[in-house]
Amino acid sequence: MKPWNWAALAAAALLTVASACGGPKPDKKAFTKDEPFPANPYPSTYVAFPNPPVLITHATILDGEGARIEDGSLLLQDGKVVAIGKDVEAPEGATVIDAAGRWVTPGIIDNHSHLGVYPSPGVSALQDGNEISGPVTSEVWAEHGVWPQDPGFGRARAGGVTSLQILPGSANLFGGRGVTVKNVPSRTVQGMKFPGAPYTLKMACGENPKRVYGYGNGAIPGGSPFSRMGNMAGYRAAWIKAAAYKKKWDKYAAEGGEAPARDLQLDTLAGVLSGEILVHMHCYRADEMAQIMDMSKEFGYKVTAFHHAVESYKIADKLAAYGACSSMWADWWGFKMEAYDGIPENIALVQKAGACVIVHSDSEMGIQRLNQEAAKAWADGRKAGIDIPEEVAWEWLSLNPAKSLGIDSKTGSLRPGKMGDVVLWSGNPFSVYTKADQVYVDGALMYDRNDPAYRAVSDFELGQPGEGDMK
Amino acid sequence: MIRKLIASAAIAACLTAGALAETYAVKGKNVWTGTSAGTLTDGVVIIRDGRIVTVGGPDTPVPEGASVVSSEWVTPGLISAFSRTGIIEVDAEDTTNDSSAALSPFSVALNAADGFNPDDTAVHVTRLGGVTRIAVAPVPSTNLFAGQGFVADTSGRQEGDIHENAFVYMSMGEGGAGLAGGSRPAAWAQLRAAIDDARAYPGRYAVGGTGDVLTRLDAKALVPAAKGKELILVSASSATDLNALMDFAESEPALKFAVVGGDEAWRVADRLARLKIPVILDSFSNLPASFEQLAATQENAARLAKAGVPIAIVNLDDETHLARLMTQVAGNAVANGLDWDEAMKSLTVTPAKIYGLSGYGVLAPGAHADVVAWDGDPLEVTTNVDAVFIEGEAQPLTSRQTELRDRYMSLDESQRPRAYTRP
Repeated sequence: MKPWNWAALAAAALLTVASACGGPKPDKKAFTKDEPFPANPYPSTYVAFPNPPVLITHATILDGEGARIEDGSLLLQDGKVVAIGKDVEAPEGATVIDAAGRWVTPGIIDNHSHLGVYPSPGVSALQDGNEISGPVTSEVWAEHGVWPQDPGFGRARAGGVTSLQILPGSANLFGGRGVTVKNVPSRTVQGMKFPGAPYTLKMACGENPKRVYGYGNGAIPGGSPFSRMGNMAGYRAAWIKAAAYKKKWDKYAAEGGEAPARDLQLDTLAGVLSGEILVHMHCYRADEMAQIMDMSKEFGYKVTAFHHAVESYKIADKLAAYGACSSMWADWWGFKMEAYDGIPENIALVQKAGACVIVHSDSEMGIQRLNQEAAKAWADGRKAGIDIPEEVAWEWLSLNPAKSLGIDSKTGSLRPGKMGDVVLWSGNPFSVYTKADQVYVDGALMYDRNDPAYRAVSDFELGQPGEGDMK
Repeated sequence: MIRKLIASAAIAACLTAGALAETYAVKGKNVWTGTSAGTLTDGVVIIRDGRIVTVGGPDTPVPEGASVVSSEWVTPGLISAFSRTGIIEVDAEDTTNDSSAALSPFSVALNAADGFNPDDTAVHVTRLGGVTRIAVAPVPSTNLFAGQGFVADTSGRQEGDIHENAFVYMSMGEGGAGLAGGSRPAAWAQLRAAIDDARAYPGRYAVGGTGDVLTRLDAKALVPAAKGKELILVSASSATDLNALMDFAESEPALKFAVVGGDEAWRVADRLARLKIPVILDSFSNLPASFEQLAATQENAARLAKAGVPIAIVNLDDETHLARLMTQVAGNAVANGLDWDEAMKSLTVTPAKIYGLSGYGVLAPGAHADVVAWDGDPLEVTTNVDAVFIEGEAQPLTSRQTELRDRYMSLDESQRPRAYTRP
């Protein structure tokens, strides 16, 4: 008998989505032990917008996989990258753009954003990014807190961001599920969800959980965890429960009988143990990351990416050997003790060690200029004698984050067949003076700096001072 | 890159605190002066005894024995018009954070300079970004008034230059409303009452009386500002709040104001220009982050400059550990319409003017020798610093960050742990 697993559920759910495209049809299907409950109850409704063929010519192209093409062409058709190279013929009816002096890259993918869950305006009623009520809240899903009218999505689009992961905050040991979205304006979060992207789990190391829970409510001790020891105990206790829960479901899948009681918290953790849900873990200190890598081996899962990772440079060899990405800022440091050893060469040193590098924002401001963050890290590396070609550095912004989100077969580089997620820059994107001229998502023009008709304005900004202004 | 008679590391190595300053010739393919001399091609700046002696073209004679530094660009040392560098080592650790004092009975009298630590690691990191002077403001906590701000150099020397009581910092808008009791009317009542308290000092306090809102010490500390002899820096963002401030400024023409934040200042630019009120801004701000920033745009700096408002560009996203990113913010302001020359002035000439720092922020004969050599356009994100001079002394280009970097350039521990490696 086929063993029950989350992959089968996800696949079944995708089929359900496909069949639902024909129109609303109440799902009267009785769930079986192969699919005992809907694994994807909030499916993506995103469909690419109209995308007539576009041929960009005479551009400097970074393909996102380490290659640079001077005086190159890129053809987008039916939402996909169709051709890239020196000589590409324009198909009938294609818009041809002369991009001499300009650069083309894959769209930027930010794998650490709180847009929508900590939106602008940052008023109390819209703070939906952290279910701070307990140290283990793997039952919450970021998508249920995303406000799609956050004006920050549009600002990020103007900065060339075509996909992003929205994560719950980092107060908790287990913060909840993240969601990967395409950066298109939408009335609903479902209309943004990246089709087929796996779920992710946000976890957090270090100071935040112990500060929020141990020192919370003004009483000491406020509760558990109160220390880094308590953090580790908290994770391990939860993994033990999750393993037992998964075992029950595996048995049910194999043997049938009465279905076990569902537990939303453990659904997510069991999904990690079965390899279907990717772990993204906020962790600053080198020694803590080393502990977490051991713990993941103890329970048989893998950390996909450490986030913030300001001390990755101290254990870049160990991270490379383990195979975790480090999702980093260019230069943030010093705001708390675990960020005290942050250095501007962190990114370049991790690259030098052969480990996976991602430049992330964790900021509604930083997400607008991730190309500049990469540029700073690239230049700081160069100054320290670590020479990294720009075309390799661009992997930090698209292919590597795509890998960390399990969407690299669909986007993250300009390989023919991938989604037409593309930025046309006014010049070299490693320059402070360069801006995104045009941003394509699935081959559809979703932002044009020079055409107000292609600059979306969120509901919140309508009728307010500055509506529709250049931002 | 430094083409040199002596390397920058060697310059740093010969430094001893209080030593007689050497003579330097700082050469740049481009020398931006901040004066009517504009940008010199293949320019030379001669520094001696703490001052700039000559600023000239390629034929400028280099004095015998002078150490020569050659770079792509040479500029005056940058001046951060608003920072918290040096009063916070680690934000989240209260014992290392002297920016605010919620349990203190005092406000205006809190002198941020009493909390300045030249050894603070961020001072060194800031200097390595080409910033030679920092205006440092405390954080308000007791009432509208945060206290007294200062301007210091970033040499990191215990005997470095510090200009205390350079300004009073206070908060209006949403922040001020919260501090004053819960509304903007409460904030305005508190501000007016505080000015009255200062003007009634020492009289009403002498006979054992109390002020309406200020303690005796706070009233005393507000006297210079209430007489127009000390600048009042006001945090305010919305057009409405800025107009309210300008109404007050017009009713109190003796008082000297500058705005911090000013996200919607472009909407009231003409009036700000007329009243000669400078705006210290982070032109990254382009989101309706609050209801007082609805019309924020990255074109704020360009629009203000065009209207003739004096502007100083700073990094308000992390004004403590990353004050040095003022260059990146300014570069983006250029990408959003600000003239490059104006952007450079917003980092040098204008902050010097705001704080009355005569002889700073420019490369001119007789000026204080705060000079920076860069390996490229100073506003470009890929540019780094080649050399920094403060009052004519070459500064070390090392920090705790560079030591960590150098320790971990290799991860080889086959012989010994990394802890034995000291760069």
